[in-house]
Amino acid sequence: MSLAAGTRKHALDGPRWPARAAGVRQPPLVLVALALAVAALVLLPLIYLIIRASEAGEKFRTLLLRDRTLEILINTILLSVSVAITAAVIAVPAAWLVARTDMPGGRWLSPLFALPLVIPSYIGALTFIVILGPRGELSRWLEKSAGIEAFPSIYGFWGSWLALSLFTAPYVFLTVSAALQGIDPVHEEAARSLGKGSIESFMRTTLRQLRPAIFSGMLLSALYAVSDFGVVSLMRYDSLTRAIFVQYQASFDRSYAALLGLVLVAFALLLVGAESMLRDKAVYYRIGSGVARQRQPRQLGWKKAPALLFAGVVLLLSLALPLIVLVRWLVRALRRGESFDQLLTVTGNTLVLGIAAALITTAAALPVALLAGRYRSRIGAVIERTTYIGYGLPGIVIGLSFVFLGANYLIQLYQTVPLLLLAYMVRFIPQAVGSTKSSLMQVNPRMEDASRGLGRSWTATMARITMPIAMPGVLAGAALVFLTVVKELPMTILLRPTGMDTLATEVWTASSDLRYGEASGPALMLILVSAIPSAVIFARARQTAMRGDA
Amino acid sequence: MSYRVHGAIQDVGAASLTRRSVLTGAVAAAGVVAAGRLPVLAQDGGEITVYSGRNENLIGPILTQFQEATGITVNARYGSTSEIAATILEEGANSPADVFLSQDAGALGAVQAEGLFTQLPEATLGLVDPRYNSADGLWVGLTARARVLAYNTEELTEADLPASVNDLTDASWNGRIGWAPTNASFQSFITAYRVLEGEDAAKAWLEAMSANGTVTFDGNGAILQAVADGELSGGLINHYYLYGAVAEAGGPIGAANYYFPGGDIGSLVNVTGIGILQTAPNAANAQTLIDYLLGEEGQTYFALETSEYPVVAGIETVEGLPALEEIEAPDIDLSDLADLQGTLELLAEVGLV
Repeated sequence: MSLAAGTRKHALDGPRWPARAAGVRQPPLVLVALALAVAALVLLPLIYLIIRASEAGEKFRTLLLRDRTLEILINTILLSVSVAITAAVIAVPAAWLVARTDMPGGRWLSPLFALPLVIPSYIGALTFIVILGPRGELSRWLEKSAGIEAFPSIYGFWGSWLALSLFTAPYVFLTVSAALQGIDPVHEEAARSLGKGSIESFMRTTLRQLRPAIFSGMLLSALYAVSDFGVVSLMRYDSLTRAIFVQYQASFDRSYAALLGLVLVAFALLLVGAESMLRDKAVYYRIGSGVARQRQPRQLGWKKAPALLFAGVVLLLSLALPLIVLVRWLVRALRRGESFDQLLTVTGNTLVLGIAAALITTAAALPVALLAGRYRSRIGAVIERTTYIGYGLPGIVIGLSFVFLGANYLIQLYQTVPLLLLAYMVRFIPQAVGSTKSSLMQVNPRMEDASRGLGRSWTATMARITMPIAMPGVLAGAALVFLTVVKELPMTILLRPTGMDTLATEVWTASSDLRYGEASGPALMLILVSAIPSAVIFARARQTAMRGDA
Repeated sequence: MSYRVHGAIQDVGAASLTRRSVLTGAVAAAGVVAAGRLPVLAQDGGEITVYSGRNENLIGPILTQFQEATGITVNARYGSTSEIAATILEEGANSPADVFLSQDAGALGAVQAEGLFTQLPEATLGLVDPRYNSADGLWVGLTARARVLAYNTEELTEADLPASVNDLTDASWNGRIGWAPTNASFQSFITAYRVLEGEDAAKAWLEAMSANGTVTFDGNGAILQAVADGELSGGLINHYYLYGAVAEAGGPIGAANYYFPGGDIGSLVNVTGIGILQTAPNAANAQTLIDYLLGEEGQTYFALETSEYPVVAGIETVEGLPALEEIEAPDIDLSDLADLQGTLELLAEVGLV
């Protein structure tokens, strides 16, 4: 009661509290309890994994320190570092060309560079294997026409590196493009006027300002490479995720798999920590950039040709080639009489899982985002940080932990959709919390105060005032969760109900048996299903960017 | 069924977004999904949960035939044989599985050793040659298969091939051979190696093969393709992959099977088999499934569609397949292959899994 009275008083004070921080108020206990429950669920798999790994007892140290563990860890670090660097090498010039030059087709190029996001990286990897693999179409052509036989094998490091670099480059592209919008080109132009070449002036000025954004994008790319399961499995590269799955498949004593899982989590959390530190810094750097002025696009002149070639090669490899290969497989499979009779059911399963996961994850994110975005409390900050752990828990690790938990303790939930949805929630809640919180921040607390002042309850205020305003952001978060859930592989493989296939598992099973034709239908359908929420997210991102520009 | 569930979720979702809190809607949606258990179609004959260590591509069609013939709804969970065995051990008494269909005798022995299988009736066991059953009658063989060295026929003839799998450690084979250490048939072969030649010899062979650049694959199908493509000279796989690939290609594929002579360990004849779990919720349906798989439809399917050897007399095999008696297989009791765990530990020790 005193809470309501206090609020009313402040509300009546009116204009004397123009930008009053939201944090003065105490969060309702129900909200804190709900958020705590969500945080506990997020911590559950990690805690159980630690328990499970510690069951190795005396062997723990021996297992941890054996050469094999080190070798796999080094493989993982090598892959993630080289993928992050390559993604930046692709994405930074792409973003600069689109944002700052008179590159022909620039308006179209921006969404095209981001579009590979809708192609799950393991599907891309699959198409590379067919073209560039031993006796693949390109390798055979090279052998025939140029006599090149010693083509380096796509399997192992090179294939994993190529696929992951190309398909994580859009993350760096989007981060850097957003930052470029906020950076005043005046320094770069000044450098140009002082006689520096266009590349040198870019390096000396804009690139320096972009550094936090680039690093942030690179860390996202590295984190993706570390957590990725599908690509390294198809490419047979012994990084941590694959080693964990192999251990899970081929050992009665699963404590080593649990232990490798902990090593993976430790490394991933390191990246998450570094990323969040940089993100805070990046925000700092962007401050003071809101100068509304007409930007003069850089004249590329004769450099248009190499620039177009660069864009063409990137888009060919990451967009055109996978799609062409899939369509060709599809045509061939249809001609052979493949009926794809399961496709409808499987698509239905995928949509149901995606929608349910998006709803549940968004619902779970709501109390956390409200607590962190609406009230300034220590517990809110701690809980918000806790949910971000999901970013550092690769799917294979969450899947493994929930299999252990399910088979031994949560027997009623074992191999059921709810446990799978819970796993999705743990993994993808950071996306929903981030998006929901940022849209809640746009709601002026004075409007809530006014509603409360006029006698509405807290719940009614949330339902009638806060949520409707924040809804676009909440929906964007839900779309993001949907997008990542439908293509999710390791958790789905481990936790799905017996007999329940999704588009992702169909692609996986068919391609593990080398039945590429049968993989083509579900693969193309998956791309289609991913494209819809992506369009929503892109549209919103563009809207937000335009609003920011004005 | 799935349509109804889908619709319900959308309704719940729409309502929640406009009026009530999203949380209520999501919880309700979770409930609907949970109750739906999506893929399960209600049929009259009840249901059965099959844990299959054999690939869906090979087993799926015959399970569908069984479902159509009996009206019993089959829920099949697929994985590698050792993965499924480990899962059954992990689940223990909580296992939802009715039967374990294994790619090899070793994993069946491992599950039997934990006391998780129930006794099979004499009538069932009696259908099958006793060499291919559990000595204690706790699992029964379904098909037999031989280990082979698949080789590239453009590059090699039988005369170029060694007399024993042990000779593949020779430097002349460096980097030319493929194997699949996560595959249950390979693991069973290693168990047989340990049983016949001893732990140290098995370890030495694995290490020598690794040192000789033997290429690791995830499965036998990929090895055969690599051999046919000329990426490899040879690969250690099961006999029937060749027949499947030839049938799919509609002609020769540039690879052939080689059987090591003289009772060499490399020509191990193993079985796929099945056992009923003691905790089986649908034990009667499980028995019906076993009878079906050992019946004419089941055995003919395995003989003609997967090109394996039937274990019941009077079933024809696929064209071009050498008779089982012609293979000079090593003399070993399949019930002695139960120490899968020991093999997995050995493979981990030498860094292959």
